[in-house]
Amino acid sequence: MTQAQATRHPRGASEPLLSVRDLRVTFQRQGDAAFKAVDGVSFDVRPGQTVGLVGESGCGKSVTSLAIMGLLPERGNTVEGKAVFDGEDLLTLSPSAMRDRRGAEIAMIFQDPLSSLNPVITIGRQVTEVMERHQGLSRKQATPKARDLLERVGIPDPKARLVNYPHQLSGGMRQRALIAMALACNPRLLIADEPTTALDVTIQAQILALLKELVVDTGTALVMITHDLGVVAGLCDEVNVLYGGKVVERGGRHGLFKRPRHPYTVGLLNSIPRLDAPLGEKLDPVPGSVADNLPWASACAFAPRCSQVVDACTSHTPEWEGDHVVGHRCFNPMGGTP
Amino acid sequence: MIRFVVRRLLQMCVVVLVLSMLVFAWLRSLPGGPVSAILGERQTPERRAALEAALGLDQPLPVQYLKFLERALQGNFGVSTKVLPGEDALQVFLDRLPATIELSFVAMVLAIALGIPLGYLAARRRGSVIDNGAVIFSLVGIAVPVFFTAFLLKYFFAVEWNLLPVSGRQSTGLDATRITGMFVLDGILTREWDAAWDAIKHLILPAVALATIPFAVIFRITRAAVLDVLDEDYVRTAEAKGLTTRVIRARHVLRNAMLPVVTTIGLQIGGLLAGAVLTETVFSFRGVGDALATAFRDKDYPVLQVLILAAAVIYVLVNLLVDIAYAVIDPRIRTR
Ligand SMILES: Nc1ncnc2c1ncn2[C@@H]1O[C@H](COP(=O)(O)OP(=O)(O)OP(=O)(O)O)[C@@H](O)[C@H]1O
Ligand code: SF4
Ligand SMILES: [Mg+2]
Repeated sequence: MTQAQATRHPRGASEPLLSVRDLRVTFQRQGDAAFKAVDGVSFDVRPGQTVGLVGESGCGKSVTSLAIMGLLPERGNTVEGKAVFDGEDLLTLSPSAMRDRRGAEIAMIFQDPLSSLNPVITIGRQVTEVMERHQGLSRKQATPKARDLLERVGIPDPKARLVNYPHQLSGGMRQRALIAMALACNPRLLIADEPTTALDVTIQAQILALLKELVVDTGTALVMITHDLGVVAGLCDEVNVLYGGKVVERGGRHGLFKRPRHPYTVGLLNSIPRLDAPLGEKLDPVPGSVADNLPWASACAFAPRCSQVVDACTSHTPEWEGDHVVGHRCFNPMGGTP
Repeated sequence: MIRFVVRRLLQMCVVVLVLSMLVFAWLRSLPGGPVSAILGERQTPERRAALEAALGLDQPLPVQYLKFLERALQGNFGVSTKVLPGEDALQVFLDRLPATIELSFVAMVLAIALGIPLGYLAARRRGSVIDNGAVIFSLVGIAVPVFFTAFLLKYFFAVEWNLLPVSGRQSTGLDATRITGMFVLDGILTREWDAAWDAIKHLILPAVALATIPFAVIFRITRAAVLDVLDEDYVRTAEAKGLTTRVIRARHVLRNAMLPVVTTIGLQIGGLLAGAVLTETVFSFRGVGDALATAFRDKDYPVLQVLILAAAVIYVLVNLLVDIAYAVIDPRIRTR
């Protein structure tokens, strides 16, 4: 993040644009016990800020974002809590009011650019249809704008690309096209769910650089979802670490990386590949798997995998220590209790 | 696109050529050979020899095949022995063709016009009463043999309740002008509305009977395809863009779901002749299917030959049309 932006949005200075409070998503699985995929998640996103949601596969990152967007399957789940965007709780909006906001005020990009694009519709049409929908433009009026958008996201020869189909573009170009669609109506919030996971390493870096540039230029707030703390390091102002459907640690980028408190955050940090590491050095991933999780209701879910475990961890739920800017959820944090 | 069509047409020629060899071989393998087939079993040896020489059967096989091919290319397949004795075999086929085209067309329009919307609706309301009802109905449609459906329709609607004609294509005593040989179309073209209405009444039951299986198959494939597409990531993307339900359904869901449906429709048209044989027989509807059944039963080999080759040509042509339609819908095929 640039110095300029840090001063533009000093911590806590502006009202949050999105304020998620105690979000819970429960899936009713046939014949099985209900499953809490998201178990009381709270976080804030201020205008122009980039916030990371980080955690292992299955910790509830995608479900959190889909719940905010109102894109969870119609049946088989219950959503509780609040997601206040610009003074309105998105979770209580009518489907049609939510439809008016999606793509216009809040946009989203997904992990797999190929499957996320309609194979039988041209790139141009897939960009213009958002503007036709939300800005009342005709297809003809929207087309030159679509061309400009493709140019802005770094697609070479944008005019020719308008009439191309997704299969005619490379993976990186497809993700750029999806970003163009998401930014078409200048949304105030962009949610990116693992936007680089399906791409080559070199392309990943390009896409991240592009996202960073765009959010700085347009002042769009960004929620960056990833399992890779390395992605977050260069991009996010604030990081939320999720474990088993709960936020277990939150901090500013610098604080979190320098002085992580939660043992799980430490594990994640140790598993970031380092460029200066000797070749072939084994990474140090968090031992065990989410399958070992204890129920949050009566313990710390992370206890079976934790190096810091104390007695209380298996008998009580660790409460949140902190506020909406920094904090953690641990009985025995690294560096001792202050 | 043009290269694609030309390539497919060339492929079609090869297919038909191979088939002509098979038909030729089949004709020669008939008990007693083509001479008996044409003259019947009880003939004097002299007449047999004369015909053999006349047909060139004393010559080597490849020569015989080339001669057969030469005659076939000139439209000369011999003379019908039983279906319409003395008439040119090709002419028999051409006379019967309009009836079957009319019947098949109406049946397919029915099957498509009902199958696709119902399939879509069932998928949208998966697990609902509409869905379950339609699925069971389509299962029955597939499981019950065509001739039985045809027979039931005829028994109730024509015989018992007397609502529609029992058989044939036109009421006796009606004097209608013929242009295309498709009676409904003729009635409209000549503005003989009573004739058109009469033809429609004769067409309803056979068309419904013939439509059952294509309808059931198209319904099921549409339903499955829509269910698949609804789960696709790009539908979620469309939702994330806030597009209206109408745009999402028409542009993003239906269009993609049509890909497997188009293939299915092609296959069903290809398979229509089998259904037409049974339906036309039950309703004495004088079309190609009825001719095929008669020719087969009465061993009218010249007519059989024409019908088999014609069926092959039509089948391949329909496939070509399906491939073109597919390429139009799916750019991944059109653009490499
Ligand atoms: N529609 C659903 N029905 C039932 N369970 C679901 C559904 N969607 C997600 N889940 C469950 O919710 C949990 C969280 O899923 P989620 O997709 O949010 O994980 P994630 O953090 O995004 O992981 P990943 O890195 O794999 O994308 C998982 O255990 C998943 O199986
Ligand atoms: S609460 Fe206990 S088990 Fe959970 S992370 Fe902290 S020390 Fe480990
Ligand atoms: Mg995910």
